[in-house]
Amino acid sequence: MEDLCALRTAGTAACISEREQSIITAGRNKTSIACTTDSLAGSVSQRACVFCGARVVLNPVTDAVHLVHGPIGCATYTWDIRGSLSSGSEMYRNSFSTDMKERDVVFGGEKKLAACIDEIVEKYHPPAIFVYATCVTGMIGDDILAVCKEASHRHGTEVIPVESSGFISGNKVVGYRAAAEALLRLITPGDGEQIEKTRKLNFLGEYNLGGEKWLAGRYLREMGIEINVAFTGDSTVAALKQAPGACLNIVQCTGSMHWVAMQFEEKFGTPFMDVTFFGADNTAESLRKIARFYDDPEITRRTEALIGREMACIRPEIERYRRKLVGKRAAIYVGGAYKAAALIRQLRELDMEIVLTGTQTGKVEEYDAISRMLDEGAIVIDDANPAELEKFLQEKNVDIMVGGVKERVLAYKLGIGFVDHNHDRKECLAGFWGAVTFARDVYITTCSPVWKHLKDAQGVA
Amino acid sequence: MAQQPHAKSVRQVNENQCQSCMPLGGVIAFKGIENAMVLIHGSQGCSTYMRLTSVEHYNEPVDIASSSLNEKQTIYGGEANLKKALSNVARVYAPKVIGVLTTCLAETMGEDLDRILMDYVQEQGQISADIIPVPTPSYSGSHTEGFWAATTAIITHYARPTERHERINVIVPHISPADIREIKRILSLMGLEYTLIPDFSMTLDRPYGGRYQKIPPGGTRTEDIARMPGAQFTIQFGETCPDALSPGLWLNKTYGVPLISLPLPMGLEATDRFLKILQEFSGREIPKSLATERGWLLDGMADAHKYNAEGRPVIYGEPELVYALTRCCCENGAVPAVIASGSGNNRLALCLEPLLAGLDEQPVLLEETDFAAIEAAVLRSGANVAIGHSGGKFLTERHGIPVIRAGFPVHDRIGGQRILSVGYAGSLAFLDRFTNTLLEKKYTTYRQLQREEMMGINSIGDA
Repeated sequence: MEDLCALRTAGTAACISEREQSIITAGRNKTSIACTTDSLAGSVSQRACVFCGARVVLNPVTDAVHLVHGPIGCATYTWDIRGSLSSGSEMYRNSFSTDMKERDVVFGGEKKLAACIDEIVEKYHPPAIFVYATCVTGMIGDDILAVCKEASHRHGTEVIPVESSGFISGNKVVGYRAAAEALLRLITPGDGEQIEKTRKLNFLGEYNLGGEKWLAGRYLREMGIEINVAFTGDSTVAALKQAPGACLNIVQCTGSMHWVAMQFEEKFGTPFMDVTFFGADNTAESLRKIARFYDDPEITRRTEALIGREMACIRPEIERYRRKLVGKRAAIYVGGAYKAAALIRQLRELDMEIVLTGTQTGKVEEYDAISRMLDEGAIVIDDANPAELEKFLQEKNVDIMVGGVKERVLAYKLGIGFVDHNHDRKECLAGFWGAVTFARDVYITTCSPVWKHLKDAQGVA
Repeated sequence: MAQQPHAKSVRQVNENQCQSCMPLGGVIAFKGIENAMVLIHGSQGCSTYMRLTSVEHYNEPVDIASSSLNEKQTIYGGEANLKKALSNVARVYAPKVIGVLTTCLAETMGEDLDRILMDYVQEQGQISADIIPVPTPSYSGSHTEGFWAATTAIITHYARPTERHERINVIVPHISPADIREIKRILSLMGLEYTLIPDFSMTLDRPYGGRYQKIPPGGTRTEDIARMPGAQFTIQFGETCPDALSPGLWLNKTYGVPLISLPLPMGLEATDRFLKILQEFSGREIPKSLATERGWLLDGMADAHKYNAEGRPVIYGEPELVYALTRCCCENGAVPAVIASGSGNNRLALCLEPLLAGLDEQPVLLEETDFAAIEAAVLRSGANVAIGHSGGKFLTERHGIPVIRAGFPVHDRIGGQRILSVGYAGSLAFLDRFTNTLLEKKYTTYRQLQREEMMGINSIGDA
């Protein structure tokens, strides 16, 4: 630990002493990592805010209008930010803002919000409008709940407030919770309404960024199981309202959806299980887990047939890439811990060494699990910043990094390969063939001919 | 169809935004100062979103610190966080300049930035960085205003009474690093010494090589900014810049530096005007290389003029760029159908008035607008090509109208930082992009269109 911050580059400390407890070395640390705290001021955290967390969870609801109540920026920066795909409505790809100006901040924005809702309803008649609170509206105390309630009555449509004032926390997880509460508000049946239970399952924490929901649906259909609705990839308001009818919830992105799953269990008696479709082994394991729940010999038989067939198909492909990638050194920095863990496993399947793993929002028990998965000496980091990433990417001689847009440009500047595993990727990285796509993605960047030329230029001013 | 020469949106809701928020413009301006770092006083999300947008456009790491305010500070004040943030930025980045930009949140909280920063400097004793605060609440303006406000604040901070010297001042709006480099090349070819601000030509488009530095080398030197009051005159490419935020006007009012306001040198006329001034001042002839480039531009204009006449562009984005592009299109016979900006700016309409007066058809002018309004105007007016940032992508997706990318942000194509459109060479590069976009559409559709039209087949869709 003590030598972590000893390295100095260009006369500046590579990390800040207050951050030391958030960086541990696998196999060597006695204490757990410090995490889930607020970001340190001035540390240039890669995190976003509560609003961001809420928006990324709800935005894939395809036929809803997403209205951001605040000055323009929050809407601009999140317009169509989610790459999630839709099989129907494209409404969610628009970004609506109440575009608050100075006078609205001074005199309150409630009237303007009501007027905006009226305009939207008149123009589009959406089945639901999510109204997101932002820093300013939270600060000046606009009563969004009341405005939404009134508008709901006025128009006979769902107008759902999302309590996502950015300043509540820099941790997206708090925003996931705000989104989860909005979703529960939407799906809870009204008085006297009854939603019949079915044999279908809900897929929680799946956002259909590269069509993953569709692919999982195909697998499940082959097994004899139907998806009721996904939260929230390619979902509609009407489909979400049928969510209580599922007999099981499978949860992929645990950070955003565990709480929802627990609420389901409590309110509707729906059991849940964690799954992940990132990686071939993870996919096979998850499908078996689901099959076991249904406890039906026919489903089990079909599941094994599917796994056997797909595995046979992809094995030689993966092997081809594994041979090229064996021994290469990888770093992971992603939003949530479930994804980090899945990536560790996937990179291991390619015989790569993981020397750095970090997340924006991981919890202590998740980091403990990650540390146990890693080889001794690997760095585990919570809420990293560019200075720390730069330091470890260089120190650990990393060949390839998996992360998001902000990490990508840094990796390239350091002459390191990169795989996008974030909001705006365009490939399906889930399922059996997704594992091949992922391996190929890792291969084309790790073994690209460009790095040789860049290496030659390093050290040449 | 009735034209609305000056339609202002009366709708309340903004649907698909055409502008970014005020502090973002401030960030870009500070990135053009040597050894500078920026700190956003507000929620963590603000800085992360601005980083994301900048990173996608420039394909460069764009580090922006945040005071990471949370609920407690929102109630009790963000002073401690801001001070801690300043210290951490100083430690990790060792900058010479720290720009502190406020957000909607900090301004609504009523943070007394000047007082906090004065306290901080006193508490710290000696600090190695100059701290420059700029109020940039997003409810008061777009990124355009933020850019001008920060540029003015930087100049105000450093400018000192200086004896007359030979240099000229050049103040640029938010253009691409490639455009800045081209303006600098022209100035050098004319043998002039200058201080250009803000110069993010290298900091937001750094060449690969050497050791990675957290703050990229380059940018306007603060000692040069200090001497701006002694310059011969200021050229400001800011015809649409509001007086209250105008750095050139401030230098003029405070130090009597003559101000020459010019449109961005896009197109023949505007580049001629720029060069004429440089020529008059330097007393030098236009060098052969530039004269040749001018000749190529003229040649290209002749070659392409009939194709360009078929273009009915919608031009949108920041006012200064929109104005320059409109001029450039008009002089090439491509009459704009829609001219639009997300920023509210009463100068744009004034600038455009003489330019549009002689046109056969009046374009629709939209200010403080959004893409819902732009899209509607485009469909009404029959625009067939778009010029602007990536926000116009729906025009292509929904209506097959190609977007020639210009301005900020360009996040769905690579190389936003290298889009060159100024000077004779840059204007020709732009013109080729424009003409070829029209030609590409023509060649992929004309057989079908001719067949339908000449054979009298009704077609549906937006050809």
